[in-house]
Amino acid sequence: MVPLSYYLVLSGILFACGVAGFLIKRNIITIFMSIELMLNGVNLSFVAFAAHWHALAGQVFVFFVMVVAAAEAAVGLAIIIAVYRTRETLNVDQVNLLKL
Amino acid sequence: MTSSLNLWLIPVLPLAGAAINGFLGKKSSRTAISVVGLLFSGAAFVWALSVAWRFSSVSLPHQELFLNNEALAHWIRSGSFTVDFAFYLDQLSLVMLLVVTGVGFLIHIYSVGYMWEDPSYYRFFAYLNLFMFFMLTLVLANNYLLMFIGWEGVGLASYLLIGFWITKDSAASAGKKAFIVNRIGDFGFLIGLFLIIQHFGSLNFTQVFEKVQPLAPETAGAGLLTAIGILLMIGACGKSAQIPLYVWLPDAMEGPTPVSALIHAATMVTAGVYMVSRSHVIFERAPMALTVVAIIGTLTALFAATIGITQTDIKKVLAYSTVSQLGYMFMACGVGAFSAGIFHLMTHAFFKGLLFLGAGSVIHAVGGEQDMRKMGGLKSYIPWTFGTMFIATLAIAGIWPFAGFWSKDEILWKAYQSNWIYWLIGLVAAFITSFYMFRLLFMTFWGDYYGIQVDDHGRAHMAHGHDEHGHGEPHESPMVMLIPLIILALLSTIGGLVGIGSGFEHFLAPVFGSGAVSEGATEAGSHGTEILFMMISVAVALAGAALAYVLYVSKPYLPQKIADSLGSFYNAVLDKYYVDEIYATLFVKPLVDGSTRILWQGVDRKIIDDSINDAADGARHVSDEVRHMQSGNLRSYAGWIAAGAACVIAWMVWLGMER
Amino acid sequence: MSVHLILFLAFGAVAVAGAINLLAQTHPINSALSLIAVMAALAGEYLLLGAEFVAAVQVIVYAGAIMVLFVFVIMLLNAGVEERTKGSRVAVIFGVPGMLLGSLLVAWVVIRHSGTEAVAAGALPGDPKTIGDLLFHEFLLPFEITSILILIAIMGAVVLASKPPTAPPPIPAPRKVD
Repeated sequence: MVPLSYYLVLSGILFACGVAGFLIKRNIITIFMSIELMLNGVNLSFVAFAAHWHALAGQVFVFFVMVVAAAEAAVGLAIIIAVYRTRETLNVDQVNLLKL
Repeated sequence: MTSSLNLWLIPVLPLAGAAINGFLGKKSSRTAISVVGLLFSGAAFVWALSVAWRFSSVSLPHQELFLNNEALAHWIRSGSFTVDFAFYLDQLSLVMLLVVTGVGFLIHIYSVGYMWEDPSYYRFFAYLNLFMFFMLTLVLANNYLLMFIGWEGVGLASYLLIGFWITKDSAASAGKKAFIVNRIGDFGFLIGLFLIIQHFGSLNFTQVFEKVQPLAPETAGAGLLTAIGILLMIGACGKSAQIPLYVWLPDAMEGPTPVSALIHAATMVTAGVYMVSRSHVIFERAPMALTVVAIIGTLTALFAATIGITQTDIKKVLAYSTVSQLGYMFMACGVGAFSAGIFHLMTHAFFKGLLFLGAGSVIHAVGGEQDMRKMGGLKSYIPWTFGTMFIATLAIAGIWPFAGFWSKDEILWKAYQSNWIYWLIGLVAAFITSFYMFRLLFMTFWGDYYGIQVDDHGRAHMAHGHDEHGHGEPHESPMVMLIPLIILALLSTIGGLVGIGSGFEHFLAPVFGSGAVSEGATEAGSHGTEILFMMISVAVALAGAALAYVLYVSKPYLPQKIADSLGSFYNAVLDKYYVDEIYATLFVKPLVDGSTRILWQGVDRKIIDDSINDAADGARHVSDEVRHMQSGNLRSYAGWIAAGAACVIAWMVWLGMER
Repeated sequence: MSVHLILFLAFGAVAVAGAINLLAQTHPINSALSLIAVMAALAGEYLLLGAEFVAAVQVIVYAGAIMVLFVFVIMLLNAGVEERTKGSRVAVIFGVPGMLLGSLLVAWVVIRHSGTEAVAAGALPGDPKTIGDLLFHEFLLPFEITSILILIAIMGAVVLASKPPTAPPPIPAPRKVD
């Protein structure tokens, strides 16, 4: 019997790692992967709560989150490709034309 | 109330004239402007005469509303406090009415001739009619507030007319000075009005006086009525040029001479006397205030007379003379002889108006020169002017049987019955008055003509609109200017006769006869003493004339010697005792400096401007700092978002936590 | 120490290790593989909770499609080891500690308040029949909308990633007016 809080702590750790990765990494693709990591952490907490409260809708939520993540990944990667074509680099620090 | 006399016509007719001349005059011919100006002021005079004609048939005091219409006359209704546009007619206001419209109309006629050459002819008549409107409102008002409107309005008209020649700096400054000094007096007046409202709940004459009537005279000195009286007197000091607010009147001579005659001799400056007389009910119950009035009047009479001795500008002499004569009127009011004060007001309007108009005629004759040292011997050149001015001088000196004798003597007699010191100082001032007036007469008309002979257009520009005249030698004024002189001379001769046998006093008795406190020693002396005093007055006046004759006709070298021997004292008197300079240092300079340093540079620039500039600068600096946030660097954006998100989450957790 | 707990801790350890490895690796392909490991571990967690369908979908869609997409792009763009460039101070100073603090706070609160209620193994009825019931009755509208969403995403991806057009066609010469 695993307490609910364990699941939530695990979810939190994954989420925190995702945010940290988003902030530290310089490669755009790696940043994107950190986003996916965040989403996964959130999914885990959804399912944990669904199990705890016997709310089946939680799983359906996860389903939809995954769909959205997929769509987002597709479009995001397309953008990355477009940026790469223009800037010739995957380093996010060099995509800074919008500075004042 | 009996049938309406349509009193409203009297002020409104000149107002219509002012409006027509003001708006349409610029493009009109001089004839048209003159006709309008004379027509409306003349109509006011005729109507005033008709009111006088019907005077005995109305019950007095007679009050009526503007246009006899309750709705139109309605002005202020605030709870129980009401003020209407309503008029008040009794013997006092009838006297003032006739003086203002009569003398005013004569001066209008005179101005047609005097101002004919002036390019702003229409503006002059518009302002003159406007002045008449305000003065008549002042005189006919049935409440203090409407009177105050007239009061302020004549101040405005005075400012406009003093500074009539707008291109002249000195005229503009003089106009400003007049208005500002007047304002100082008005401040006192207003506070007096506030006290009246607070304690008597109304500004209407009848209501206020009804409430004041049963009050006992304040003997301890300080009290409500004393305060009101002194405050009203402060207002009168401003308007009627008494100490300490007289300084504007000599400077007001910058205006055209008809203005000086009308406003600063005959009518506006007498508004203070009228106001004090109208409020006699209050003053009679405040002996301390009456004493203040008397002292101020007496001192002013003497003080201004001494300055008049030394002045060389013909109009300035007359200006100080006006201040001095007004002092007499206030002296009369101060000893409780209000009817004597009004009597002197009336005769003064005649002879001082005549003196000013005559002076204008003189100035016109010599091509604009106002310095008496450059005149002389004019009596052969301008005989009519000389004759009328001679009569006026006799009148002002108080020589029997001319008008000034009756009124001045009445004042001195009543003053003696109150306190012999008033009488003595008044007598000394009468001596000095006679002296400087005859000095003026002799310097101007006797001896040889010192003026510069000029050929056509040779004269340097002076601002009296006489440039086109080729002044070969002094010439008489045209008929349109002489006729008012003659009429006023006539009035100065016979005008005092109404005072014989206390006739004037009895006429005004219904107004003033309500138990004056200071008339305790009424008719203390016998008839014989009165005759004696009359003879003393005349003797003193003749002595002054004789002294002037000696100094200015027989031995003309004497005045300079006397002046030199008196040295700096003479210079002090010549410079008007440096009063203007003292005021400038004490009041004007600190005020202007304070205004400049504190209000302008401090408040306006530093606080208001700089605060706005600093706000703008601050906004710029802040945005300068903040713009670094938009670095184009994705990761810094992400960092900020993460930090913000952490804060929000923490806050939400904190909100949801159970305590 | 039940089997449930041991399995939970095992899967959890793998997930955390994969997450940290994602941060630690410099080459994106290594990070991608770590992410796949994380997803696999999470699928195991879902199974422990009884959400079979979700676990299957996780492996098929997430690990099998999305991560493959990632790998494809990495290979396409020939992403190399990332260089050290001067990044953002804000991110490192504010972001990371901020988020860490936030997570710690949340964790602390959660642990304090949720007590020791336990979730039983296989608590959820996560079979496809139940999910399908929900999807097609209660959540029909969102389901349909997500299909449209995917369509839009496809179109967007195609447009964004397509080759830019070549030089614009020349302006035709003005025709003579007869």
